[in-house]
Amino acid sequence: MSQIFHHSTNLISRLSIYGGVFILGLLGFALYEIELSPWYTDQNVAREQPVPFSHKHHAGELGIDCRYCHTSVEKSSFAGVPPTQTCMSCHSQIWTNAAMLEPVRASYRDDKSISWTRVNALPDFVYFDHSIHVSKGVGCTTCHGPIAEMPITWRAGTLYMSWCLECHRQPEKYVRPKSEVFNPNYEPPSNQLELGRKLVKQYKIQSLTNCTVCHR
Amino acid sequence: MLRRFVDPEGSQHTTGSSQAHPFLEPGQTFGSVTDKISSIVLGRGTTKGWIIGFAIGFCLLMVFNVAVAYLLFKGVGIWGINIPIGWGFAIINFVWWIGIGHAGTLISAILLLLHQKWRTSINRFAEAMTLFAVACAGTFPLLHMGRPWLAFWLMPYPNPMWMWPQFRSPLVWDVFAVSTYLTVSLLFWFVGLIPDLATLRDRAKNRAAQVIYGMFAMGWRGSAVHWSRYETASILLAGLATPLVISVHTVVSFDFAVAQVPGWHATIFPPYFVAGAIYAGFAMVMTLSIPIRKYYHLEEFITMRHLDNMAKVMLATGLIVAYGYMMETFMAFYGGNQFERAMVLNRMTGPYKFVYWSLILCNIAIPQFLWSSKVRSRVPALFAVALVVNVGMWLERFVIVVISLHRDFMPSSWGMYYPTRWDWATFIGTMGLFLTLFYLFIRFLPMISISEMRTLVKETQEGKGE
Repeated sequence: MSQIFHHSTNLISRLSIYGGVFILGLLGFALYEIELSPWYTDQNVAREQPVPFSHKHHAGELGIDCRYCHTSVEKSSFAGVPPTQTCMSCHSQIWTNAAMLEPVRASYRDDKSISWTRVNALPDFVYFDHSIHVSKGVGCTTCHGPIAEMPITWRAGTLYMSWCLECHRQPEKYVRPKSEVFNPNYEPPSNQLELGRKLVKQYKIQSLTNCTVCHR
Repeated sequence: MLRRFVDPEGSQHTTGSSQAHPFLEPGQTFGSVTDKISSIVLGRGTTKGWIIGFAIGFCLLMVFNVAVAYLLFKGVGIWGINIPIGWGFAIINFVWWIGIGHAGTLISAILLLLHQKWRTSINRFAEAMTLFAVACAGTFPLLHMGRPWLAFWLMPYPNPMWMWPQFRSPLVWDVFAVSTYLTVSLLFWFVGLIPDLATLRDRAKNRAAQVIYGMFAMGWRGSAVHWSRYETASILLAGLATPLVISVHTVVSFDFAVAQVPGWHATIFPPYFVAGAIYAGFAMVMTLSIPIRKYYHLEEFITMRHLDNMAKVMLATGLIVAYGYMMETFMAFYGGNQFERAMVLNRMTGPYKFVYWSLILCNIAIPQFLWSSKVRSRVPALFAVALVVNVGMWLERFVIVVISLHRDFMPSSWGMYYPTRWDWATFIGTMGLFLTLFYLFIRFLPMISISEMRTLVKETQEGKGE
């Protein structure tokens, strides 16, 4: 009886056994990397806006306080996107003819809001409150990244649950003195852990990791 | 050859005690065994009977597809489940199917380790039955989740949610128990198939069959080294599968026993679930083997001795199950807990009392006929009892799931459960899945292990010589 398979089948079958393990392992690794990549999460990807608003210029170089525009951050769950009036409080006086600002003036004229592209949007099944974080010593830049260096705003975190849990499990690694919360140039001191533990105690910060804290 | 089958003491014992009904009717040779079994696959072709049977199974499988498609479209609300009965048919059928599988593992693993040679002619399709039953069982908890496409969340894997499954939940233990069970059963079945696949490869006439069987035979040439490794692998897998016979249904019983619902929270659940699983499984092996041996004329291989032994296993495990029912009732009164007592009285006299008493009839009363050797030697009677036990074991899960849930601690939360047509369609649909797979199996694979039957030939010949 003639052979059914060519001699080379031996090699192929052996390779396929080892290959199967490695290829499956590699596939799992690749999927995980894709899930974490900016391509999928939009982390560190600058979003196009109707007006190229620069946090770098306003918050960094000019030193305008975050709360000048994001007025409700200390009282409400939502930090607030400023109305055109807030822009016009300065821009009715300076750069009044800048072409770049025409959409702002148009919005003011026509009483129509500028439709900013949302950069940090949590899904609806997550409850998040800015005010409690701000009043417990979580700085703006802890979540929003180096906002004073962003010419166009990008998302600094993945917004994955792991990203939230990094701090919720170990708040002492991130917490800062309340006086520094709105400082966009704050650098954590070298003794962050020591200071953090002290602040966690002082501010009575709980490590809230129960599901229902955020998924209500 | 396999050492375990030529153990001289064992063969003497076998031939000595089986004068009336041997495991293999005498007069068979190596060649005749191989011819007979392999010709069902290769020589016989696709017969009319097979096509009709397959068509029925396939139609029911399509019912399953429709039911699942509509379920995915509308959600689990199309089933009769609601608070307080959130589990309903899905969990009843899951436990029923997974229980059926246990006989296959028992036959293939425990009876192998115990040198019970009568397993040889039924182990192959009992193992196939296990696999297909686990496949049917697995669909129910997945569909019951509501969002089955997220089923992979049940597995612990590194993920950007930084979440693990809740390891304290028996439902997660279930995932591990059932997936281990499926993996080990599949490996065991496949390893056992390899020498037979090689036989089919060598006997196949057309090129496609040669290549396909050849690929799955994985280069088997039947050398002494091959046989030695084959035997080691079989024993190792049998050793792995043996604890699974006990553990899988124990874990399934934890789904109930770990909860505090009266009627679930009982320490007797694990042993009585395992016994029930083997009981149901042997009933299913009987249900399948009786028509198969008749239709494919395999009476020489699956002899009356096999049916008799299976009936005895059913009788024994059935009595353990009966003891379980008795203890549940006894403990409800002895334990002095008013909720347990109310639950048992509700079982016997409540709105579902008809189901409970049917269960007692099917699972305890009717199988007592198996004490009589006359009943055990009559094939139609055995078939009828096996069918009754299949129904009975399903009713048992209905009693446990529905009756316990529908009236718990607070009368304000009491309710009733009525299965909808989609519940029935899904259940009957999985029978279609099972039948389809089983028909494909008997068409394309040797349903009795050729290599192991050959070793029995040697023994029957030795028996004649003595």
